[in-house]
Amino acid sequence: MTPLLSVQGVAKRYGAQIGCTDVSFDLYPGEVMGIVGESGSGKSTLLNCMAGHLSPDAGRVIFDTRAEGPRDTLTMSEPERRMLGRTDWAFVHQHARDGLRMGVSAGGNVGERLMAVGARHYGDIRHKALDWLDRVEIDAGRVDDRPTTFSGGMQQRLQIARNLVTGPRLVFMDEPTGGLDVSVQARLLDLLRGLVRDMGLSAIIVTHDLAVVRLLADRLMVMKSGHVVEAGLTDQVLDDPQHAYTQLLVSSVLQV
Amino acid sequence: MTGDSYNFAYLDEQTKRMIRRAILKGLAVPGYQVPFASREMPMPYGWGTGGVQVSAAVLTPEDRFKVIDQGADDTTNAVSIRSFFQRTAGVETTTATEEATVIQTRHRIPEAPLGEGQILVYQVPIPEPLRFLEPRESETRKMHSLEEYGLMHVKLYEDISRHGHIATSYAYPVKVEARYVMDPSPIPKFDNPKLNDCPAIQLFGAGREQRIYALPPYTRVTSLDFEDHPFEATKADHPCGLCGAGDSYLDEVIVDDAGGRMFVCSDTDYCESRQRQSHRGKDAA
Ligand SMILES: [Zn+2]
Repeated sequence: MTPLLSVQGVAKRYGAQIGCTDVSFDLYPGEVMGIVGESGSGKSTLLNCMAGHLSPDAGRVIFDTRAEGPRDTLTMSEPERRMLGRTDWAFVHQHARDGLRMGVSAGGNVGERLMAVGARHYGDIRHKALDWLDRVEIDAGRVDDRPTTFSGGMQQRLQIARNLVTGPRLVFMDEPTGGLDVSVQARLLDLLRGLVRDMGLSAIIVTHDLAVVRLLADRLMVMKSGHVVEAGLTDQVLDDPQHAYTQLLVSSVLQV
Repeated sequence: MTGDSYNFAYLDEQTKRMIRRAILKGLAVPGYQVPFASREMPMPYGWGTGGVQVSAAVLTPEDRFKVIDQGADDTTNAVSIRSFFQRTAGVETTTATEEATVIQTRHRIPEAPLGEGQILVYQVPIPEPLRFLEPRESETRKMHSLEEYGLMHVKLYEDISRHGHIATSYAYPVKVEARYVMDPSPIPKFDNPKLNDCPAIQLFGAGREQRIYALPPYTRVTSLDFEDHPFEATKADHPCGLCGAGDSYLDEVIVDDAGGRMFVCSDTDYCESRQRQSHRGKDAA
């Protein structure tokens, strides 16, 4: 089977500082990859390199495109990459404000990606927006309200709906539960797990929270100081960590 | 070049050449916003400095110049721009649309059909139609160059979701030759169909924002809409009270202290010429 995404030898430096280095892995359709590490471990740098927000110094990020099969997204033209960014790829930001248009209604936020790819029937767009609000458990009565009037958890759910409405084949998530209250996190995780399962989503989730990957990720990469120190099936890595750093991470969670 | 002609139409020849280059570029790429180095004019921004600079660059001594403000030739703004060019260029002026060779306008397109050889110069306050939802200029420029116009429909979506219909009635966005999305300046959407396939040259000047864009004659201009909410060029559903015209854009005016109102043509030249031809509305004296 062709990997949906094949990351090969990706490296990014900031001057003399290593952002991330020598990262390689394959993601297959329907798989969720978790990338864990503390802040400064290079996980966000890696995510942004893969999603095209940063250009790495070395490596290839090969995506199995619909039209032309596997292509290195780093050497694509900007229009091609932007097109990918609003069709087959989605990016869920940690801060919903970075991923939403705060001056546009919830329905408009969800509808934007549809309109960006040519939807021109108001009734259809509205119908899909309402359907997606329902799927992320936002009351239909809020469809015309702006996200500024939403709670943090609702904003994040709206961001997810806005990203998934066009049925992307790969979703990047940057700390999707970060900054939310614990009870709100639990509800969001539940929702994400349902969506991942129902839609067969392929996703790459960056987080410092082992509970998030435990629930969502099939496979796991542990990063420290820009390097991948351990990788494997999520349960294996968490139940039987091999690297001293992973053992430290796991034990610190278990002590709580 | 003599000392007298140096100041023809106020601007120096070098500046006019620079503006003409921007106009030519605009005509070559219809709907594309061409940056230009806007000059200080002896009037404040917001008083049509963009339009005035474009007019200055296209006027020749043989031209007949007309200025309208919201359709009227006799507002302070229209009078002062007209007299400015009378003074600095010595051109003939007129209020008759058919007789004018260059028409500078704010917020209207004349009712009388324009013809080949005429130039319509629009005063533009905000040239960027995407700005409402995307304030970053680096981003809007990219959206234009990559033809990423989904956001324009988000604006119309918001309109319908809030009002039940597309409530945008001025500065209604258009697509030019199926390529660039353009702000037609704050003309009423009633005028949008006149942008399309127009035999005259249409030039748009934004002074404060330093942008010029253009529609060459017979350019295809379509108003954005949804399949289930098609564009409609609406106006007040009345005939003109003075000339009885049923096809012109109307202003509602208060006529007496008792709050009496009537609808009259916003295009004063159109209305007066109809009255001269003995057309009468129900409120005509
Ligand atoms: Zn009239």
